[in-house]
Amino acid sequence: MKNKIIKAMNLKRIKEKAIYYFFFLTGILAVIILLGIFLMLLLNGLQTFRDVRFSDFFFGTVWNPSAYGESSYGILSMIVSTFMVTLGAMIIAVPLGIGAAAYIAEIASQRTRDILKTIMGILAGIPSVVIGFIGIVLVGPFIARVFGLSSGLNALNGSILLAVMSLPTIISVSEDAIREVPKEYKEASYALGANRWMTLIKVTIPAAYSGIIVSIMLGIGRAIGETMTVLMATGNASAMPHSFFDSVRTITATIAIEMGEVPYGTTHYYALFAVGATLFLISLGVNLIAEIVTSKYRGAKV
Amino acid sequence: MKLKRLRGIIGFSLLRLSALVVVLILSIIVFDIAIKGFRAISLTFLFDFPKEGMTKGGIFPAIIGTIFVTVITTLFSIPLGISAAIYLSEYAVEGRLTRLVSAAIRNLAGIPSIVYGLFGVVIFVQGLNFGTSVLSSGLTLGLLTLPWIIATSEEALKIVPQSYREGSLALGATKWQTIRSNVLPYAFPGILTGSILGLSRAIGETAPILFTGVAFFLPWLPSSVFDQFMALPYHIYILSTQHHAIEQVRPLAYGTTLVLIAIVFLLNLAAIIIRYRLGRKYKI
Repeated sequence: MKNKIIKAMNLKRIKEKAIYYFFFLTGILAVIILLGIFLMLLLNGLQTFRDVRFSDFFFGTVWNPSAYGESSYGILSMIVSTFMVTLGAMIIAVPLGIGAAAYIAEIASQRTRDILKTIMGILAGIPSVVIGFIGIVLVGPFIARVFGLSSGLNALNGSILLAVMSLPTIISVSEDAIREVPKEYKEASYALGANRWMTLIKVTIPAAYSGIIVSIMLGIGRAIGETMTVLMATGNASAMPHSFFDSVRTITATIAIEMGEVPYGTTHYYALFAVGATLFLISLGVNLIAEIVTSKYRGAKV
Repeated sequence: MKLKRLRGIIGFSLLRLSALVVVLILSIIVFDIAIKGFRAISLTFLFDFPKEGMTKGGIFPAIIGTIFVTVITTLFSIPLGISAAIYLSEYAVEGRLTRLVSAAIRNLAGIPSIVYGLFGVVIFVQGLNFGTSVLSSGLTLGLLTLPWIIATSEEALKIVPQSYREGSLALGATKWQTIRSNVLPYAFPGILTGSILGLSRAIGETAPILFTGVAFFLPWLPSSVFDQFMALPYHIYILSTQHHAIEQVRPLAYGTTLVLIAIVFLLNLAAIIIRYRLGRKYKI
């Protein structure tokens, strides 16, 4: 009898342990996947450098893998293109986003706030291919008409679309940061005779500074990694861009265009992984900055 | 003094304007697609194959392909995501490993979707030899949605009051019994909402399926998980950039876009309703 009970209890304990290990394994899966992605990019990407010099890869401006006999693998122009489109997007999205965030956090009524937050959710949920489509059918013709160009598929178009895509992130994260500013700060400012506008500009927004920086970093991260939008709207000419009216080809677009057709195991194949690794490291770096700012911010508040 | 007030008025107007611009952007996108897309939609469009070099006919195989690949994504990422969330919320103790796992999840969420596509090629298409197929694409999209599912499920689990767990443990229930009967049911609405939102994102993703299984055109429906498939987002891309008669097929592209957006919106709506209804029922 006693033995039976002990046996049953042991069985129960073993079962609980097994369940624990199951959950543990699925729990650490995220680490394994992240490590797996990194190693996959690194191992495949490094193969490139058996045929291509490191400096030629990162500082070469000509990307022409299919040129017979004298193919070149310089990725500088696509890196510049990516940063250019992202910069343009931020020039549009940062003032607009912070402005809208300040409106939602400080001025809007509860009802308006709820409506605007729902709208933000919808905007965030629109697939990137749809935004790219809008770039082709609306933004492109608009740019072409306004600036008298033959085609509106250029860096400016990409910037506008990426701004639209990063707005929801920038607005919602900035809004949280602005709303989290302690009431006492504002009250102290009012007590000193500042009006609402002065308080907002000189007290509230500076106090929400780190949260706003995080929102911008997340927006940048989203813009850099976006593929379909830029693939569809920027024209994809692989050359060093000189102005926002030039057609550009970003890092993501290059992978999207060429990966489907490249023969397995060639230098070109591995080079695309090296391009992917570069993209991975850039977006990891952007995330890391956001993380550091967040943790400093949390630390300062406690 | 007057100047100061004027500055305030102008300033606040600018803030109002920026909120208005955001609303305007969404309205333009939605109305343009709704109006022009609606003209293209008919029963033939929804239930027929593309015809005459995709200049006529419908998008039936793309709808079916998208549903098929999403089912695989769901089967893969939701159970896995929920169980990872259970580990993080119920079992993990504060420490270096837990911090590492949380950091990994946050970073996974920030990785560009095209990088997931490359990973899918190496792991699923070549490594596991699934070829370019519904399975490879579904699993790739599953990996992409996993961090989202984990994060939202973890949040839903953490909202369940600690006293629910303690009450159950005090009555002699084991940890797992407690989780199963006293934690999961209350976290359920939140988990469901998060999962649906995660899937609505996966449905619109194009970059991860580009090289893992999606096809330009197929005259038949995929009959097994190892077949290639057509998908709505890729079909939009093809019709608006790769087609030989882009202007001619523009109405079809609008129609396809409307169908995709409608699916995404309906899923979002479902998530909102579930959160509202079930959330009230469980009163958390």
